[in-house]
Amino acid sequence: MNLQISQGRVIDPAHGVDRITDLFVADDRIAGIDNAPPGFVVDRKLDARGRIVIPGLVDIAARLREPGQEHKATIASETHAAAAAGITSLCCPPDTNPVIDSPAEVELIQQRAHAAGFCRVHTIGALTAGLKGQTLSEMAALKAAGCVGVSNALQPLANPLVLRRAMEYAASQGLTLFLHPFDHALANQGCAHEGTIATRLGLPGIPTAAETAAVGQLLALVEQTGARTHFCRLSTARAVNMVARARYDGLPISADVCAHQLFLTEQDIGGFNSLCHTLPPLRTRADLETLRKGVAHGALAVICSDHQPHEIDAKQAPFPATEAGISALETLLPLTLRLVEEDVLSLPEAIARVTSGPAEVLGIAAGTLGVNQTADICIYDPDERWQLIPKRILSHGKNTPFSGWSFTGRVTHTLLGGRIVYQVDSAS
Amino acid sequence: MTGGAVTMRPPGPLPAGIQLTPDGQLRHFLTIEGLPRALLLEILDTAESFAGVKNQAVKKVPLLRGKTIVNLFFEASTRTRTTFELAAKRLSADVLNLNINTTATVKGESLLDTLRNLEAMYTDMFVVRHADSGAAQFIARHVAPHVSVINAGDGRHAHPTQAMLDMFTIRRHKPDFSRLCVAIVGDIMHSRVARSQIHALSILGTGEVRVVGPKTLIPAEVENLGVRVFHSMADGLKDADVIMMLRLQKERMQGALLPSEHEYFQLYGLTEERLSVAKETAIVMHPGPINRGVEIGSEVADGSRSVILQQVTYGIAVRMAVMSMAIGARAGR
Repeated sequence: MNLQISQGRVIDPAHGVDRITDLFVADDRIAGIDNAPPGFVVDRKLDARGRIVIPGLVDIAARLREPGQEHKATIASETHAAAAAGITSLCCPPDTNPVIDSPAEVELIQQRAHAAGFCRVHTIGALTAGLKGQTLSEMAALKAAGCVGVSNALQPLANPLVLRRAMEYAASQGLTLFLHPFDHALANQGCAHEGTIATRLGLPGIPTAAETAAVGQLLALVEQTGARTHFCRLSTARAVNMVARARYDGLPISADVCAHQLFLTEQDIGGFNSLCHTLPPLRTRADLETLRKGVAHGALAVICSDHQPHEIDAKQAPFPATEAGISALETLLPLTLRLVEEDVLSLPEAIARVTSGPAEVLGIAAGTLGVNQTADICIYDPDERWQLIPKRILSHGKNTPFSGWSFTGRVTHTLLGGRIVYQVDSAS
Repeated sequence: MTGGAVTMRPPGPLPAGIQLTPDGQLRHFLTIEGLPRALLLEILDTAESFAGVKNQAVKKVPLLRGKTIVNLFFEASTRTRTTFELAAKRLSADVLNLNINTTATVKGESLLDTLRNLEAMYTDMFVVRHADSGAAQFIARHVAPHVSVINAGDGRHAHPTQAMLDMFTIRRHKPDFSRLCVAIVGDIMHSRVARSQIHALSILGTGEVRVVGPKTLIPAEVENLGVRVFHSMADGLKDADVIMMLRLQKERMQGALLPSEHEYFQLYGLTEERLSVAKETAIVMHPGPINRGVEIGSEVADGSRSVILQQVTYGIAVRMAVMSMAIGARAGR
């Protein structure tokens, strides 16, 4: 089928495109921009006047909870939510149950995602067997099965030697490491940023050094091994500066931040608000400002959702006993657009952080609208104002702290390989 | 009917002023923080009126006759639970003691499930102790509107009745808070008592509040609560009017917080000699139970400046005051 998306503002950061024009889709591919390719017969026309047409979003970290925690969410439910959020590729960390440490789990997830048909699901394989931090996983097999990288998620490694060897081995297989800079000993089972708020509430604190000490160790080992490494979920100003400096020095590293770290601080847990219980914890206003600068300057090339849907009971307990994480797929684009409203960065730069930026880190052909690329497209209405109501989000996890927030800009269509997988009710 | 029906509310920020009724009376007593000074004074004054009850032949007043109070203790306690029980009985309430050993029960049962099980018991007040910070707030958020929650200690967060009985004790000896220098000594980091004391002292307009201890036991950015930090006893106790010692848990020797009880006593134990730099009229307090020879020497604990046993006695009057005010506030609506 041939589709013409007409007269939208097309923004494709990877190709420096930002103009009102037409986009032509033939079957599952982008066939042309501005002008139809020769012999193109339009089967369907999608009027995008007043809308913005961008590559489908690429989310570098989203927990789908399947296999193992289907009471929280399923691949079908969360990929549906992703489609509604304009996300066409997402990446699932290995801490499922069983963990993604063999091709069987990769295949299971791929099959379920394919059957649901809403969103491409990539997997990051376990760095160590069972994520236990002791012995290496069979990384070559994981890569052959389709894993885009390896990670130990938020599980600790036995010692720096295991880390060094895992980095060397992954590099030998051409796999990127996705590592969380989080020193478990220094974090000491804390549940909030070590500072004024944690002191006031009597919550065990996680010091800034739990992140910076880990970043320092990782940087030393990247220097030693040359392993291509992505730093996951930075939360502190100091870590952003360390990573920016190391990138300037030419180390093969990249880093991301999750969208909520750019809007919430330790203040938000003030009344023991378990919806703001996250790991790494929400930090200070100064950290937030530097994280925003990192996103603006590109030291943080990726904004991700770090989606962690929970059943509501997981948040119904005294703060330290609640599970960490936010249901965040459906606030990824709204929060990113809000950064533009708040003059943190330009719209094309913001779009790059959730499309071409993460695609490049993952090494996948996505996040652009180039001719012959797969037609994964998000179309949104930049003027629609709406209010977030948790029970209306599609994710099975209603655990969002952004209840009642007003956002400007709403997805109207999501196309996956040229097929409309989401269309807002009121859209034509 | 007075059933403790648990209501299901989604998690989220806590409504401001959850502790007070719309007309400013005490509804729950969860933390000292944020309470108006007049209310703290009302608690102290009400406690004064109850302090005489113990001298009567019949030690009961009928204020809470027909009311049921549940002592809901998820963490072991003898002293606090006993004084709450005595306070409730002197107010003529019926008391139910539930000691829920969280390690012994199935870990899977949530706090909400436990509360749901208490729905069937027609109760008016929960007195709650729990190992997690925020537990009392969490429970207050979910109980039926006619149930009051009194925090008897939640994690490291708050122990408001202990702080109020401390304020009561101080006021009996030194009525003008604005002229006082108060030093809180020891394990501030893990202490809910210290946090509540700091808030209470600050709301009552105390001249100077100090915390004294090694850095391993002082929480981050504690100065923002309005206290001065000292790492040496000689500096921290100098010219103090009130010295509030904290209990040191023996398990602090694990986890590299302190080298030994011996060295702790050498540096931070309260002895007559250390006390000599404080004001001559200084009083010494301790929330109990005391570790003699760890945080305090026997000669001080049993000495003339110690008001430690008075604290225990006043604890009953203060808890009577808080319980009667919380239930009275509801009855008045």
